[in-house]
Amino acid sequence: MAVKTLTIDDRLVSAREEETVLDAAREAGIHIPTLCYLEGVSEVGACRLCLVEVAGSSKLQPACVTKVAEGMEIQTNTDRLQNYRRIIVEMLFAEGNHVCSVCVANGNCELQDLAIEMGMDHVRLEYQFPDRQVDLSHDRFGMDHNRCVLCTRCVRVCDELEGVHTWDMAGRGSQSHVITDLNQPWGTSQTCTSCGKCVEACPTGAIFHQGSSVGEMVHDRARIEFIATARQKQQW
Amino acid sequence: MSQRIVIDPVTRIEGHAKITIYLDDVGQVTDARFHVTEFRGFEKFCEGRPLWEMPGITARICGICPVSHLLASAKAGDRILAVTIPPAAVKLRRLMNLAQIIQSHALSFFHLSAPDLLLGMESDPQTRNIFGLMAANPDLARGGIRLRQFGQEIIEQLGGRKIHPAWAVPGGVREPLSEEGRTHIRDRIPEVRTTALNALEQFKQLLQTHEREAQTFGNFPSLFMGLVTPDGLWEHYDGYLRFVDSAGNIVADRLDPARYQEFIGEAVESDSYLKSPYYRPLGYPDQNDHCRLDSGIYRVGPLARLNICTQIGTPLADQELREFRDRGHGTVTSSFFYHYARLIEILGAIEKIEQTIDDPDLLSTHLRADAGINQRSGVGVSEAPRGTLFHHYQVDENGLMQKVNLVIATGQNNLAMNRTVAQIARHFIHGSDIPEGMLNRVEAGIRAFDPCLSCSTHAAGQMPLHVQLVGADGTLLNETWRD
Repeated sequence: MAVKTLTIDDRLVSAREEETVLDAAREAGIHIPTLCYLEGVSEVGACRLCLVEVAGSSKLQPACVTKVAEGMEIQTNTDRLQNYRRIIVEMLFAEGNHVCSVCVANGNCELQDLAIEMGMDHVRLEYQFPDRQVDLSHDRFGMDHNRCVLCTRCVRVCDELEGVHTWDMAGRGSQSHVITDLNQPWGTSQTCTSCGKCVEACPTGAIFHQGSSVGEMVHDRARIEFIATARQKQQW
Repeated sequence: MSQRIVIDPVTRIEGHAKITIYLDDVGQVTDARFHVTEFRGFEKFCEGRPLWEMPGITARICGICPVSHLLASAKAGDRILAVTIPPAAVKLRRLMNLAQIIQSHALSFFHLSAPDLLLGMESDPQTRNIFGLMAANPDLARGGIRLRQFGQEIIEQLGGRKIHPAWAVPGGVREPLSEEGRTHIRDRIPEVRTTALNALEQFKQLLQTHEREAQTFGNFPSLFMGLVTPDGLWEHYDGYLRFVDSAGNIVADRLDPARYQEFIGEAVESDSYLKSPYYRPLGYPDQNDHCRLDSGIYRVGPLARLNICTQIGTPLADQELREFRDRGHGTVTSSFFYHYARLIEILGAIEKIEQTIDDPDLLSTHLRADAGINQRSGVGVSEAPRGTLFHHYQVDENGLMQKVNLVIATGQNNLAMNRTVAQIARHFIHGSDIPEGMLNRVEAGIRAFDPCLSCSTHAAGQMPLHVQLVGADGTLLNETWRD
């Protein structure tokens, strides 16, 4: 197993060659914000919040899918990156219908945490106020598309950990949305095992336990990590 | 030449409104209208939301009385789940509603209306506010602020926050009272009881000096409506609806609040966003004929609640209620007495909290009934500080809102408020040269009802007053500003 040496924020860091910049940074205690990344499932580099600067490249690279390389020089928190990240979060807020004050995930929401971290005191973009639906057809869970940020964590935990692939994506561009089975009400899905991994994986209040009121939806990420470790490494 | 006077905005109320006063050719008031100029849209944008989120969403209607919406909404949810909630949850909800009544009434009396009453209707508008009151009568102001704090602290002890706690839910409540919270509340009761009694004594003295206001501030016959217990006692959370006329006769009794649409009609006037509910069997009072005694105009809120009940059920408040009725000659028809009724209700609420604070159920952890959607429609009712509040929800089979109808206490006083401003304007305004103090009386008539229009939080007494005198040909004859 080869070891690579690189610098992250001017700190010398070593990492195994198969690791990503995000892995290396986290092991070194350097914080890089993420949203679509979820420990235990594959990375998709969709949200672009983990973008970092790599010396010698004018392109910003997503840390979650960029492998470490010898001599790599990474900056994780420049003014440019901060600006990009803030505008990404603002776009997410403007694109959906996110009303923290009455949301089931208020106080337990990664999107809300990011907004605070980025210092998003207001949104400079025009709110889109899309007309989206809420699906309460499942006995135990609910899906509010107004709060979905299309991170696809639900799709990946369902596919990679539970192995049933109930969730997937449909539509294009601003019409993109997650669906269950063949774009049918969740409660009529024949593949869903009601395991609840998607509920724990969701970073916002989009997927929630039925009956949740404001701020009651607490996600248990440790459960996902435990299941992932158990599946992949046969460790219980 | 006829004229129109516009008071916009009306100050020291919760929300945004304006008053238009119409003068005839010789400067006499022909009519006055109270317009609510804001539109909220809650009934529409709640459509499509899950039932369980409704208490949290509708509590946001108001920063002053979020608890009222929270409880009415949770109760509508109880009906849709078709559950009987745990007894501890009922007791805790009642405790929070009493706290809400105390804090809201304290705000209305001490922060918003006491400046008019204690500093004078004609006093300098610059200091006719809570800060002027602090300078002139620091003990009263401090007592009032601490009284409101008492109510707010109970709400915080239960709901985790003073404003907009998402604590009551369909099926029950989320958290019990803690032992520390109970001790804190119990320790503060003697102080706030003294504050309430002192305020009542001061108000009774004010009745001597405000005889003219007591006679002209919305003093007219009407029906009164509110909740009473099955025995006819004062009630704020459950029970039946009762209508009483201005002679004290019970017009209708033991009405099921869930059937409100059978006896309450909701009219809409084109010049206001506030609906005008009326008692359906007696019909909607038309503009030219709303003085007739048998019209469907009714009042809700503290004055109505004291008029419809036999007694409050606590010793000090019942003693005050007897005196109140002596002073008002039975059923009290003057809206000026809303202030008086508010203070008596504060006292009664404090006594009721004292009676229940040691109930072991308040610390129970069995607080929530769990159920799915068992009814497609549900009505929740509670007595908000300003009067009876209805939340009526219709849901689909999964619990998504299909239709929402909210009948707000202030709306039910809309017809009475219109009559009140007209009555005060006719009495105090003659000719186009109008002193500020006279216009303030018109506003004070509205303040007596403590309307909650937005219902939103904003600084007390800080909004500007803009008065325009407009001639029949549209020319601006006179204009004054109060910053």
